[in-house]
Amino acid sequence: MTERLRHLLGTEGLTAEQITFLLDEAKPFQEMQRYPLKKLATLRGKTVALAFFEASTRTRISFATAAARLGADAMNLQAESSSLKKGESLLDTVRTLDAMKPDCIVMRHASSGAPAFVASHLQIPVVNAGDGTHEHPTQGLLDALTIRDRRGTLDGLRITIIGDLLHSRVARSNLHLLGKFGCHFTLCGPAMWLPRELEGLAPHVRLTPRMGEALDGADAVIVLRVQQERLHEPALPLDEYILLYQLTPERLRLANPDALVLHPGPMIRGLEIDPAVADGPQSCVLEQVSNGLAVRMALLFLLIGTGGETEMAGGGRAGD
Amino acid sequence: MSAKEIDRTLQRLAHEIVEETGGTANLALIGIRRRGVPLAHRIARAMRAIDSAEIPVGTLDITLYRDDLSKVAAQPVLHSSEIPFPVDDKDLILVDDVLYTGRTIRAAINGLFDLGRPSRVRLCVLIDRGHRELPIEAAFVGRTVQTKDSEIIEVRLDEVDPEERVMLVERAE
Repeated sequence: MTERLRHLLGTEGLTAEQITFLLDEAKPFQEMQRYPLKKLATLRGKTVALAFFEASTRTRISFATAAARLGADAMNLQAESSSLKKGESLLDTVRTLDAMKPDCIVMRHASSGAPAFVASHLQIPVVNAGDGTHEHPTQGLLDALTIRDRRGTLDGLRITIIGDLLHSRVARSNLHLLGKFGCHFTLCGPAMWLPRELEGLAPHVRLTPRMGEALDGADAVIVLRVQQERLHEPALPLDEYILLYQLTPERLRLANPDALVLHPGPMIRGLEIDPAVADGPQSCVLEQVSNGLAVRMALLFLLIGTGGETEMAGGGRAGD
Repeated sequence: MSAKEIDRTLQRLAHEIVEETGGTANLALIGIRRRGVPLAHRIARAMRAIDSAEIPVGTLDITLYRDDLSKVAAQPVLHSSEIPFPVDDKDLILVDDVLYTGRTIRAAINGLFDLGRPSRVRLCVLIDRGHRELPIEAAFVGRTVQTKDSEIIEVRLDEVDPEERVMLVERAE
């Protein structure tokens, strides 16, 4: 039996065993998405608080849908209308939410470490839906599920991550998670976005500013979103980024012939990725979205679907 | 119950199902994980010997449909339900090892109806031990056993366990 999960604050703190268990538990939820009736009553009466202190569309909808499909209700806190704008402290805001007795809090925050801080003050499970430049663990899990489904394993794969690695919480969650399965990473982007500290996050990490070198022999290519406001003259103009780092069909041919292409979204066609690659047979972008829902259903099920501290009476009880 | 008795009982159940249904057309068996699954396969095999028709067999995992999950502490291991045929308008027979409170069957029916709308659902169990908490009965029963609440029926099958037999044992404190 794997160690029971209390929170999901990052993939760094998970064991390979816990990750495998979570991905396995997502499988029935993947299949359920093909059922004519997709809604379960498993979490009936439970409430999931969605506290997004930073704007989010896809992650929030994914968590809200996961909760709804399991029969739970979602409590929504909107960043724009949040009392944080009025000067309330983070802790006061989440304590107010907590006083309405949700069964867990899913939170996104612009500050790295905010979910861990909240978890240390509340009794209920906290799920990190992205904190600053730290981690986005459910994205790491859904990427891993997508790669494992297509390749059959995660062990020892060659993973290339392209883009703004300096600010990417997705890249950090991927490094921590896939690093536990012995994956070899090549991180590629403009030198200003390739901090040396990333080499310490997983056992086999290589940094390079050259795309040809980065793509050679890759099993999976993760393209990160590029925030245009972070590209500016004279350091690196937008058109130069496109010229040097856009994933084009020609560049993708340098990777393994069946290399997977992943993107956490939202994807800017014509900037970090060529539309022909985004829509090509190697692209897993929409599978990632479906798998995100399955992973989040499995996570909510494991965090709040079961309760109590007593041991489960052996698996072989007949007719109970 | 010995291995031989289990086998004879399953043969009889297969005959009963074929006779009651007047053939096997449109029929499919759904085994409830875990021990309902090998039982469903064995009954389907026996039915094939009688009617020489292939009966589709599916498996159903009911973990997500249980009503006592909040009392379960450990992380339950989920399995896929594998039903390789559309259940719409099918004549289904749920197969399980022991019928007790009826809650497992309630959960299985909920699970089935998420997959479609069968034309009929009947229940077949190896052992009916009484103590129902819901208005659920089996159409096909291998053996009815009078039990006390403090007792447990242990079904062991070759496919899952190292041995094959059914025992009535006292619940450990």
